Amino acid sequence: MWSWSFTWSTLPYILDAMKMTILATIVGFAVALVGGMILAMGRRSKNRVISLIATAVIEFVRSTPLLVQLYFLFYGLPAIGISFSPFTAGVVGLGIHYSAYLAEVYRSGIDAVPHGQWEAAKALNFSKGKMWWRIILPQAIRPVVPVLGNYLIVMFKETPVLSAITLVEMLMAAKMIGAESFRYLEAFTLVGVLFLILSYASSLLIRKLELKWNRT
Amino acid sequence: MVSVDLLPLLFQGAVTTLKVTVLSMVVAFLLSFLAGFARLSRRKSVRLLSTVYLEVFRGTSLIVQLFWLFYALPLLGIELTALAAGVAALGLNYGAYGSEVVRSAILAVPKGQTEAAIALNMSPIMRMRRVILPQAMVIMLPSFGNLAIELLKGTSLVSLITMADLTYQGMILRTFEASRTFEIFGLILLFYFVMAYPLTLMMRWLERHFSAGRV
Repeated sequence: MWSWSFTWSTLPYILDAMKMTILATIVGFAVALVGGMILAMGRRSKNRVISLIATAVIEFVRSTPLLVQLYFLFYGLPAIGISFSPFTAGVVGLGIHYSAYLAEVYRSGIDAVPHGQWEAAKALNFSKGKMWWRIILPQAIRPVVPVLGNYLIVMFKETPVLSAITLVEMLMAAKMIGAESFRYLEAFTLVGVLFLILSYASSLLIRKLELKWNRT
Repeated sequence: MVSVDLLPLLFQGAVTTLKVTVLSMVVAFLLSFLAGFARLSRRKSVRLLSTVYLEVFRGTSLIVQLFWLFYALPLLGIELTALAAGVAALGLNYGAYGSEVVRSAILAVPKGQTEAAIALNMSPIMRMRRVILPQAMVIMLPSFGNLAIELLKGTSLVSLITMADLTYQGMILRTFEASRTFEIFGLILLFYFVMAYPLTLMMRWLERHFSAGRV
């Protein structure tokens, strides 16, 4: 049944693979932060075609599974001559998937900026770019930071899906250990426990930051 | 591009996907209420148990739970079929998220409603069934709608534990038709969209329908 000595012997491999999990989370999140902003801006565009395209992308990406999007990027695109490494396909897939969610988060933040702020910026003769950078976005993003933080945790928990496109992160490492030794129990349990500890700790951290943020 | 020859297999996969979705939805829905009520229980042990359930299934990811139930559990002597493991993992995972929806919706019903029901001499069960739940359900609706869509998308992971769902058919087709992978996975994305988007539209409609006349 459960063997502690085996558990300890697999721990270094899984901890090593955790680096990849965390790296993929961070890079994927960076892609999503930028992509989400592009989609949110596109959706607000006065150009009907751009706004329609942005809306369609958001709705389509949100309605289809991440796993299939990853397969499409990793197995589908090479057929038309575009190929990625597992890591690139993984972070691009994660990034695009969550940018559709973050676009909605940004939108709610932008919609919550009082109308007077736009008028004041216009009255002070700010250029359009300056108005967004200096007036609107700082006020729009600050209140949604905790929501962004929660999405970071959600994304972290989705990274094991990247094992399906052969990226060696924690779950893939556990699977490889299992295949080699026919002992899946310890390795998979270990991965579960590590995810639980990390995501629980980070959700506590975000709750704490949220409280601190609200006080100032 | 002629995709017609791919369709029969994909339809076959879509049926499995829908089957898994519906079964898991039933399990998740029941667990949401069970765990949601448990978290509001007066008994500390019941509250603790449901909190542990929530944190464990929310904190570890769905795919890890799926693999654990299918590959690790047999080593403890419990062997599940792929369908059972898939439905159990999806049901338990989304049930955990759903329990938070149920709990917060019940808490969101104004206290005066409970007090009024007590003043009318309603029994606790009657109070819940006739006064609290009907109002809480309206609050739950949008969140449950989102969870239903997430669950449908989540079923694609059962392809990784050997279930022949829509995604799995794609991987099978890929081995035969290596040059057509773009078309295969593009079609599968469309299939999922066609299944999930009506759900989105229905939820938006229900939301508007039920919130009509409310402030």
